[in-house]
Amino acid sequence: MAGLNKLVGSYDEALAGLSDNMTVMVGGFGLCGIPEGLIAQMVKMGPTGLTAISNNAGVDDFGLGLLLKSRQISTMIASYVGENATFEQQMLSGELNVILTPQGTLAEKIRAGGAGIPAFFTATGYGTPVAEGKETREIEGRHYVLEPALTADFALVRAWKADTMGNLVFRKTAANFNPMMATAGKITVVEAEHIVQPGELDPDHIHTPGIYVDRVIQGTFEKRIEQRTVKTAAN
Amino acid sequence: MALSREQLAQRVSQELQDGFYVNLGIGIPTLVANYIPDGMEVMLQSENGLLGMGEFPTEETIDADLINAGKQTVTAVAGASFFSSAESFAMIRGGHVDLTVLGAFEVDVNGSIASWMIPGKLIKGMGGAMDLVAGADNIIVTMMHADKYGNSKLLPVCELPLTGYGCIKRVLTDLAFLEIKDGAFHLLERAPGVSVEEIVEKTAGKLVVPEHVPEMMF
Repeated sequence: MAGLNKLVGSYDEALAGLSDNMTVMVGGFGLCGIPEGLIAQMVKMGPTGLTAISNNAGVDDFGLGLLLKSRQISTMIASYVGENATFEQQMLSGELNVILTPQGTLAEKIRAGGAGIPAFFTATGYGTPVAEGKETREIEGRHYVLEPALTADFALVRAWKADTMGNLVFRKTAANFNPMMATAGKITVVEAEHIVQPGELDPDHIHTPGIYVDRVIQGTFEKRIEQRTVKTAAN
Repeated sequence: MALSREQLAQRVSQELQDGFYVNLGIGIPTLVANYIPDGMEVMLQSENGLLGMGEFPTEETIDADLINAGKQTVTAVAGASFFSSAESFAMIRGGHVDLTVLGAFEVDVNGSIASWMIPGKLIKGMGGAMDLVAGADNIIVTMMHADKYGNSKLLPVCELPLTGYGCIKRVLTDLAFLEIKDGAFHLLERAPGVSVEEIVEKTAGKLVVPEHVPEMMF
C-alpha cells in the first residue's frame, strides 16, 4: 500500500493515463517555473488534440514550444504568446485555436476551478473583445463580465520542494501559476527540485497542502533564462 | 521639443508619492524606476508575483527563478514578498496598487484605451494589461501623441479593439500631460518648447485648453 506516499519513480508513471484530447494545465510564467521534465514526457508519449492552459506558450525550442512543434496542441488558453514563431505560424494558418485570456482572469479562473466556484464576475475585459458573447451584469454602478472557471484532466506543476505526501513549497517568482494549477487538476503531478520526507517542511511554510497533489517526481531542470539582464557599471 | 523616453519617465516619476505601491508596464513605464526621488520609499509590483522589485542582478547573483513581468532577470529589495499569480491580481483587481503606469496605442475622450491588438497584424495577447486598467484607480498612460505621419492617437473614440472601457483619467504623451474628464481631454501641461497650437493640431478628440498652459518642469 502506498498510503499517502505520492512519489513515483519514472516519468512514465508520472503521466500514466494522459491521452488524446485531454486538457492539461502547465505551470510557469515564460520559462520561469515550468515543469520541464513533464513537458518532455508529454512530447515522448505523443498524445494529440490537447487543450493546453498556460500563461505563455514557451519559446520555439523549449517549454510548451516543444509540444507546439510536435503539433500535439489543438487549443491553447493563454494570456500572452508573443515569443514563439511556431505558435504564430500555427495560429495564422488556423491549425491552432487560441483563446487569449487576461492574465488575472486566467489565474482566477484556475483558482476558482480548484475551489469549486463555477464562475465569477470581474470588471476585467468589460467592453473589450474578451467580453463578447459573455453574460455581463451591473453591480453597484459598475459593469462586470461573467467568467467560467477552469479545471483540467492533468495539472503539471513545478515546485521547489515537495515532501512525499505532496506538500509543496515554491521558490521566488517560479511560483506564478503553479499554486492554483495544483488545485485544479483531476490528476495533479508535481515535478520538484528537491524531495524531502514528511515532517521536514515546516507546516507553517507550506504553500500548497498535499491534499491537492496526486503524484510527485524528482526532476532535474535546465532553468533556461529568457531575458538575461544584468547590472552594468553604467547603471 | 517632444519629450524623450527618459523625459517621459522623469515626468511620470513626479507623480510618485512616498509609500506608494506601483506597477510599471513594459517599455517606457519601466524606466520610471530610474527616477524615483532620493529618500522616497516606493515598492514596485511585478504581476508575475513579486512585490519589491529591485535592480538587475550581477552575473554572480543572477537567478532564473527571479524575473519580472517582462521576463527579465531582476532582484528583490529588503521587505519584498513573492506570491502566486492569483494573489498578484487580487492586489491589482482589488485596487491595492497606488499607481499603475502603462503604454497604449490609442486613448479616447471617454477614457477608453487600446493597447494590445492591431487587427490584421500579429496578436500577441493582452497579458495583464486588461486587469491592470480595470483594477487601478490611479493610472497614467504614457504614449506618443501622434504617429509618424501626424495622425492623432488621442481620439473621439478608439478605433482599435479595447483593452479597457472608460478607465483612464491621465495621459502623458511626448507633447503634453492631459486629464480625461467629462468626455474631453483637458490640457494640463505642455512639453518644453511645444506650442499649444501643435497639441491642438495633433489631438483628434475634443480638447479643452485653459487660458494658461504651463510647460513641464524637470
